[in-house]
Amino acid sequence: MTSVPTVAHHDVTSATTGSGALVELTGVSRSFGTVKALDGFDLRINPGELIVLLGPSGCGKTTALRILAGLEDADAGRITVDGRDISSVPTAKRDMGMVFQAYSLFPHMTAQQNVEFGLGLRGKNASERKKIAGEYLELVGLSAQADRFARQMSGGQQQRVALARALAISPNVLLLDEPLSALDAKVRVQLRDEIRRIQLELGISALFVTHDQEEALAVADRVGVMWQGKIQQIATPQELYSAPVNEFVAEFVGLSNPLVGTASGDAATVLGQQILLLPGSPRSGAVTVFVRPEAVRLVPIEGADVAHATRATIIATSFLGSMARAHARLADGTVIVAQIASADVAALRVGAPVGVALDPTPALAIAPGTAP
Amino acid sequence: MTPSAPAAPSLSRTPATPPGSSLSESHPRPQQMRRGMRRKQATTRRIVIGVIMAFFLIPLTSMLYFSVRYPLSGKWTGHSWSDLIHIQALAAEDPADYGQLWDGLKNSAVLVVLTVVLMLVLLIPTMTWIRLRVRWLSRTLEFVCLLPLTIPAIVLVVGLGPVYRIVSSVLSTNSIWLCFIYVILVLPFAYRALDAGLGAIDLPTLSEAARSLGAGWLRILWRIVLPNIRSAVVSACFISVALVLGEFTIAQLLARNNLQTGIYLVSQSDGQLAVTMSLAALLLAFVLLMVLSLLSGDRKSQEGS
Repeated sequence: MTSVPTVAHHDVTSATTGSGALVELTGVSRSFGTVKALDGFDLRINPGELIVLLGPSGCGKTTALRILAGLEDADAGRITVDGRDISSVPTAKRDMGMVFQAYSLFPHMTAQQNVEFGLGLRGKNASERKKIAGEYLELVGLSAQADRFARQMSGGQQQRVALARALAISPNVLLLDEPLSALDAKVRVQLRDEIRRIQLELGISALFVTHDQEEALAVADRVGVMWQGKIQQIATPQELYSAPVNEFVAEFVGLSNPLVGTASGDAATVLGQQILLLPGSPRSGAVTVFVRPEAVRLVPIEGADVAHATRATIIATSFLGSMARAHARLADGTVIVAQIASADVAALRVGAPVGVALDPTPALAIAPGTAP
Repeated sequence: MTPSAPAAPSLSRTPATPPGSSLSESHPRPQQMRRGMRRKQATTRRIVIGVIMAFFLIPLTSMLYFSVRYPLSGKWTGHSWSDLIHIQALAAEDPADYGQLWDGLKNSAVLVVLTVVLMLVLLIPTMTWIRLRVRWLSRTLEFVCLLPLTIPAIVLVVGLGPVYRIVSSVLSTNSIWLCFIYVILVLPFAYRALDAGLGAIDLPTLSEAARSLGAGWLRILWRIVLPNIRSAVVSACFISVALVLGEFTIAQLLARNNLQTGIYLVSQSDGQLAVTMSLAALLLAFVLLMVLSLLSGDRKSQEGS
């Protein structure tokens, strides 16, 4: 594992713009044949903000990023950076640093030469190029590997160099197209945190595309959950998790138990217990309520709490390190997932009866059969 | 366990091996068969290599032998090699015989350069563009490039005869304009070599990375694509050089003069020099191949393995 040195701000500020740009995509649409990849897509990235576009494969997140980079043409819509319309500006003149999903270092160049490439195109002389490239390689903790070629570096190191190369040109926006998906789990987490550290350190506006929700929630200022070419919800990670606006977001971000209940005013009755409803939920009638696993408690069937619990049978448990999950089947066949302390998992026996109780944490409800 | 206690039954289903016998002893046949097979394969390999070497070396040795020995008197001589070195002076003395050879040599040298340059300029940007932007056209391009393989040179000449009448009137009757037809001839071989090279790199990602850093298309071709397909370019160049240096039919039928037509003319008056020149051309091609391979290998080793 490469140790990352602490880099003093003045090392890189000489080569950076110092503040991020305001980026706006308005009404952007893009179709591939009959498939609408983006459908009236709107996004605003505030200066210095890191937005993550999160969504399943084919939801249009990469298309949005590529249109912003100029690598794809939009069928309709407008893209502005600090108020300047760049919709028809070619990629080479957009000043956007990009890190790709695939390893994209130029194989015939060393790490240093890779980082210098964009600087050379901006008219920097050899000594300036060397100095700036050195600073950015130090920023990503790879000064010692400056003379190595791509094939002599690990995947994580290659992506770090790609990040340094993208940042060295002092871009308006940093674009990250699933940069961690080819890396193993440990390096992923390490590099993810480094990307966030560097982005905050430089104050650069950034758009990060991923399908990994943990990654999205860990690094983003705001996360935009995409589906069918549109942003379903854009919010801070906490808000996205605790107050999803629709079924898709509730089901895609984190785990949810869709439970049938009856709404009445600000609350719904689910499994005989009262649960507060989030704004936007129906106020009456039959509803499906999305209850998070951490809002589900398993109680002993003989305990005092059993009066407020519903009988269920444990059908499976899974140990996940810092926590565990238990799957229980209710009498009507509904399977409910509860998050429990990892120390408690050993006490749960498959086939054992338990009581299921719900915390009154606010949850999203939808009328059954409603599309998001 | 006491010595009298019955032995616990073994869980293993492997049959017991008699004491003192090793696995190799218990299965002697397969090992001996493998050794025999290896010996057989090695012998076959040596025979195949020997036959191939003989196929190449016997004619070359015969040519060398013929070039240094008078056929009638049987005397050894370096006369034809000396003539080859002083071909320019010979051409000045006897333009009818040696002048054609000298001109052919010069024309072929220019043709080699023109053909290689035209081939690279035509193929690399086209193939890159098709791989990046119009991938559905790649099959069509492949078909077009491989087409010359199926057309005999004589048919090609019949088809291109009228075209060369126009070329002669617009440009000149100079033999160097054979480069156009030679580019067509080398297309199948050069295409295959370059296609393999381009297929070995992640062209879309590399070009997009370069574009995002501010590079235009020309710079991408020059700074990113070419250095990464260097070996393929070297192969394509070598095939083109070999083909141009050895081409006779088209030049002869279109009444142009190149190295091979020059050798043919000289062979009618000085067979020894003609053979010497042919051998020299082959050696030149061989040396060229070595130099190009070394250059390519040198850059690779600089980049580390």
